[in-house]
Amino acid sequence: MRRWLFMLPGVLFALLIAGFYVGIEVHSDVLPSALINKPAPQFSLPPLIAGQPGFSTADLKGHVSLVNAFASWCAPCRDEAPALSALARSGVPIYGIDYKDKPAVARAWVTALGDPYRRIGADSGDVAIDWGVYGVPETFLVDRSGRIRYKHVGPLSEADVAKTILPLVARLEK
Amino acid sequence: MFDEAGHFALILALCIAILQSVVPLVGAARRDAVMTAWARPAALMQFAFVAFAFFALMHAYAVSDFSLVNVADNSNSMKPLLYKLTGVWSNHPGSMLLWVFILALFGAAVAVFGRNLPPGLRARVLAVQGMIGVGFLVFILLTSNPFLRLSPIPADGAGLNPLLQDRGLAFHPPMLYLGYVGFSIAFCFAIAALIEGRVDPAWARWVRPWTLAAWCALTAGIAGGSWWSYYTLGWGGWWFWDPVENASFMPWLIGTALLHSAIVVERREALKTWTILLAILTFSLSLVGTFLVRSGILTSVHAFAVDPRRGIFILILICLYTGGALLLFAWRAPQLQGGGLFAPISREGGLLLNNLLLTTAAATVLIGTLYPLFLNVLTGQRVSVGPPFYRMTFVPIMVPLLVAMGVGPMLPWKRGDLPAALVRLKWAFVATVAAVVVTLAAAGVRSIYAACGLALAAWLFAATASELAERVHLFGDKLSAVARRALHLPRSAWGMTIAHAGMAIVIVGITGSNAWREHKFLTGRPGQSYDIAGYTVAFNSVKTVRGADWTETRANMRLLDGGREIAELHPFRRFYTSEDGDQTGVAIHTDLLADVYAVIGAPDGTGGYVVRLYYNPLVPWIWLGAAAMALGGLVSLSDRRHRVGAPTRARAAAAAQVQAAE
Repeated sequence: MRRWLFMLPGVLFALLIAGFYVGIEVHSDVLPSALINKPAPQFSLPPLIAGQPGFSTADLKGHVSLVNAFASWCAPCRDEAPALSALARSGVPIYGIDYKDKPAVARAWVTALGDPYRRIGADSGDVAIDWGVYGVPETFLVDRSGRIRYKHVGPLSEADVAKTILPLVARLEK
Repeated sequence: MFDEAGHFALILALCIAILQSVVPLVGAARRDAVMTAWARPAALMQFAFVAFAFFALMHAYAVSDFSLVNVADNSNSMKPLLYKLTGVWSNHPGSMLLWVFILALFGAAVAVFGRNLPPGLRARVLAVQGMIGVGFLVFILLTSNPFLRLSPIPADGAGLNPLLQDRGLAFHPPMLYLGYVGFSIAFCFAIAALIEGRVDPAWARWVRPWTLAAWCALTAGIAGGSWWSYYTLGWGGWWFWDPVENASFMPWLIGTALLHSAIVVERREALKTWTILLAILTFSLSLVGTFLVRSGILTSVHAFAVDPRRGIFILILICLYTGGALLLFAWRAPQLQGGGLFAPISREGGLLLNNLLLTTAAATVLIGTLYPLFLNVLTGQRVSVGPPFYRMTFVPIMVPLLVAMGVGPMLPWKRGDLPAALVRLKWAFVATVAAVVVTLAAAGVRSIYAACGLALAAWLFAATASELAERVHLFGDKLSAVARRALHLPRSAWGMTIAHAGMAIVIVGITGSNAWREHKFLTGRPGQSYDIAGYTVAFNSVKTVRGADWTETRANMRLLDGGREIAELHPFRRFYTSEDGDQTGVAIHTDLLADVYAVIGAPDGTGGYVVRLYYNPLVPWIWLGAAAMALGGLVSLSDRRHRVGAPTRARAAAAAQVQAAE
């Protein structure tokens, strides 16, 4: 028994290392591309702001759009607000998935940042998992047929918008 | 020329490190004095060569030698000299060289200051230190060589990330490395003890100063990093539970546990195998931290350039060092002579509780950091763990820890009397209740969490003060006698008092900034004013400033308190032309009780700007408290028992007998 106890740290450590090893493999190729070129998952979310329509898979059909997963408790999400506003001004529809948030706080937060979203769904976490959200903020580019074509992990900067997102949108809209 | 010499010095350092890790070990096993004596000169020579390589790279940065890939990628002839030099460790290969430099520095320090160590123990410690050096030197030479040449030589370098041109960033990584790498000494002592099959109070007394030194550096490094992210990232927060922050926090938690358990080994000859395990874990978590940052396995704001090959290499090193150490532990630790059992209510019982809570806290952070990764590996699901997770798990572990921190120092060794200790803490109870009442009266019933946090801080501070007051007989003796006692108090006692009081100050800062923080995000136009937390911020104007390689949008705001101007704020946003990237310049006005924090964002195209204002009450106390904790560590480090009285084993054994006879 006592001997076994002394081996325990080593055993736990071996499990940790196995996880790391597989993690490197998984992480290096799957993170950016798990859902690329696959149809967006089926979901239907209640609206964040009462009285407005909710957000569901059907909304994504027929136009090129961006889906942005965010949360008011997520500090980097604030940083992408200017980039999102710029995108919204250029006419690209942006849909929001508000991830594991308190609705009242999230509503105030969205309003303060100038609400770039066409629709915002409030998600308790399940839908974000279907989208493969690893941590907020993450942004997906969805084409006319409702397929995910690009995924951006982390806050969008204005440079990302100008150099990557807008050219991709233009290409998909052709 | 110099560069080749630096490269060559690294290879020589590797050769010496190989000798250092084999010869003294064999010598100590065979009791061969000549081979054992190899350890010291080898450690000093390894340090000399690594130091030469490190300064060769610094030289290359100083003279902007763009024939090195590393310099061309990470420097630029237009940068100020200070940032050219700190650019050495702003990138992966350079920072690994700094890592090895500090490792060799600690090895040399053991060689120089470890005169009073038994030669066998010193030889084994330095041999293990040499093994770590071998692994990381091979890693640098094979995967991250900063001395690789570039042809053709570019006219200028690709610059240094503007975020990295900052004093806070320039100096917090070296502090962190001093901490991370410093724990390698405790690790080496643990391995040496396992090989020798012997842990005694003398061993604990030798380990403790090294652990303390590393702990102080790590405390300063974490606080510095947090301060840096507070004023450069522009998010208004100071801790984000980011994987990289967690990577530095876990060794700190376990290292803190190690500091305390080493005291139990020294004083009571108990918790021996546990202390060995903590020493192994502390350094292993430092290695895991290095791995997490450099493998890109977790997404983070701090991530270095991602290269899976490097990740695999560091993973192999972790396997060798931690895996080897834990195997040795499983084999040898059961044979170590255990200490006697002890009563739960006693100083050592309190320290054990401290250890259990700190390791649980570290486990929580580890789980929070790795859970998304492991769930993904096992099920392919992706989740993220945000601050809510830590609020629910980490905070409840800290609460009993802080309560116990007040009581523990009041308990005597061997057998304590809890009711008596609590009676002696009566003023701490009064302070606690007062903190609750005052907070609720001043801030309203809704501030109940804040009241609890401040109560904990008041409890800890008052209990620490009571303990000090008792030690010096503050009440009930003449002032001159009190002062004399205070002067003659061991430095380690002062160190504990200062560090524990520092912790109380940190808690005040954390509580205040979480409870009463206010923020406003708005689209502002010059000419407007905004109210925040009783202050008024008048947004006067915006101007565009052009520099050598950047354009800056700089706002002029006035901070008014009741109509009176108390400060001008100049938040800015700077765009660099030489590379993609912009820098947020946060304007902070602090009166040490609260910060007003202003950030200006991008123009909205119609004359407005995104403006973010934060009111962060008590935030400066976090760094003041952390500084006090590091200072406490340094004071304790200066205790004379670490310098003189550094025991030979015979003397220590005699002392232990005297103690047992008491």
